[in-house]
Amino acid sequence: MGLAKRIIPCLDVTNGRVVKGVNFVGLRDAGNPIEISRRYDDQGADELTFLDITASSDNRDLILHIIEEVATQVFIPLTVGGGIRKVEDVRRLLNAGADKVSINTSAVQEPELVGEAASRYGSQCIVVAIDAKQVGGNSWEVFTHGGRRATGLDAVEWAKKMQSLGAGEILLTSMDRDGTRNGFDLALTRTVSDAVNVPVIASGGVGNLHHLVEGVLEGRADAVLAASIFHYGEYTVREAKAYMAQHGIEARL
Amino acid sequence: MTDIAIVDYGMGNLRSVSKALEHVAPAASIIVTGDAAAVRKADRIVVPGQGAMPDCLRELDARGLRGAVMEAAMCKPFLGICLGLQMLLGSSEEGNVKGFGIVSGKVRHFPAPEAAGTNEQRLKVPHMGWNQVHQAAEHPLWKGIPQDARFYFVHSYYVETDNPEPVAAYSLYPFPFTCAVAKDNIFAVQFHPEKSQEAGLTLLSNFVRWEPASSTDKNIGK
Repeated sequence: MGLAKRIIPCLDVTNGRVVKGVNFVGLRDAGNPIEISRRYDDQGADELTFLDITASSDNRDLILHIIEEVATQVFIPLTVGGGIRKVEDVRRLLNAGADKVSINTSAVQEPELVGEAASRYGSQCIVVAIDAKQVGGNSWEVFTHGGRRATGLDAVEWAKKMQSLGAGEILLTSMDRDGTRNGFDLALTRTVSDAVNVPVIASGGVGNLHHLVEGVLEGRADAVLAASIFHYGEYTVREAKAYMAQHGIEARL
Repeated sequence: MTDIAIVDYGMGNLRSVSKALEHVAPAASIIVTGDAAAVRKADRIVVPGQGAMPDCLRELDARGLRGAVMEAAMCKPFLGICLGLQMLLGSSEEGNVKGFGIVSGKVRHFPAPEAAGTNEQRLKVPHMGWNQVHQAAEHPLWKGIPQDARFYFVHSYYVETDNPEPVAAYSLYPFPFTCAVAKDNIFAVQFHPEKSQEAGLTLLSNFVRWEPASSTDKNIGK
């Protein structure tokens, strides 16, 4: 009896569709976000994360409409990230039905945004997303702009700083692993998870169910995020949970 | 006439609460309101809330809502969620503020996480995710919800009552803490039924239909 490790399907959304790329490039269509959300809810997903990867600001409002519609049908926590630049963007997403917002590039450009949003809406709804790339044996650098721009920031120190500013959770993506299906960067996950008190979501690289188990047992992640293994029907969320439970991990079955 | 008023005092996202209630009670009139008169007129009250307790109490006072919420807690079906539970206690360690004192006890912070050991994972705060809710007493709001069903939590402070009587359920993190309180016409929970899928919707549906015995005896609100 106790807190379950969460499985979070991630939906990368652009122009109203769910897509999936490899190493942040080469997008492939994966379907309608509302239908996919309902499917994952039926399968017992613990939360859903939507990343708005729309390049231009013209279509920003599309994600609001999608969240509004999902929120009337799916009663699990919804996190939305992508393109959040101002506290006003946070407010609009929460009003549309998001429970948490995930801030990435803007947290680097303007760290006060994290503090301001957390003090206004509470840490529980502020997730800081960190895209990290290995630059040495035990060292990772933070990248922004969908992984295109180096920041010079150390990922572990950055996670601690974000926690101190009020982030309630860290969404940690290994850019080296994202889309490769070779498993999480476990050293990165564990180093960050051990360094902060807030929950850490491991992301990037899941290719099979055992990778999820490794993320929790070896990476010490509080939650695991995956996209392609679920989008293309290889595994259901329910199968993933059953597999985690078989390996002694507390799961919501 | 309003069936259900969701009290809006500017703390947190109330949209998910109203959406979930609309889902379980499509025919009911449900409003999200920061107006004390509207709260007094409603048949049932839901008090959600996220964020910090001192801000919560300040906002309630600034909007002139404290009296209406306390009256509702004395006389009509009242569902508190998260801060809506915590405000019922005598005091909170968060900002060292006094609560309503309707349930005797206090609100405490989870202990500081220990540094990670070699095999043990550290206790993360906030307590975030799906935990099991162990029903400690029978209650109409538990109807149809299995023992130890999982609900979604996100909080850094927890409730510690002085007496076991009002404890309707507890959870483990890692020690047992009270996650639901029941007293007369009040039912208040630390978890988020509006985000707890089937189990949460069942609880909300039970609340919408709940006729607590004491609410008719002490009907001073209307």
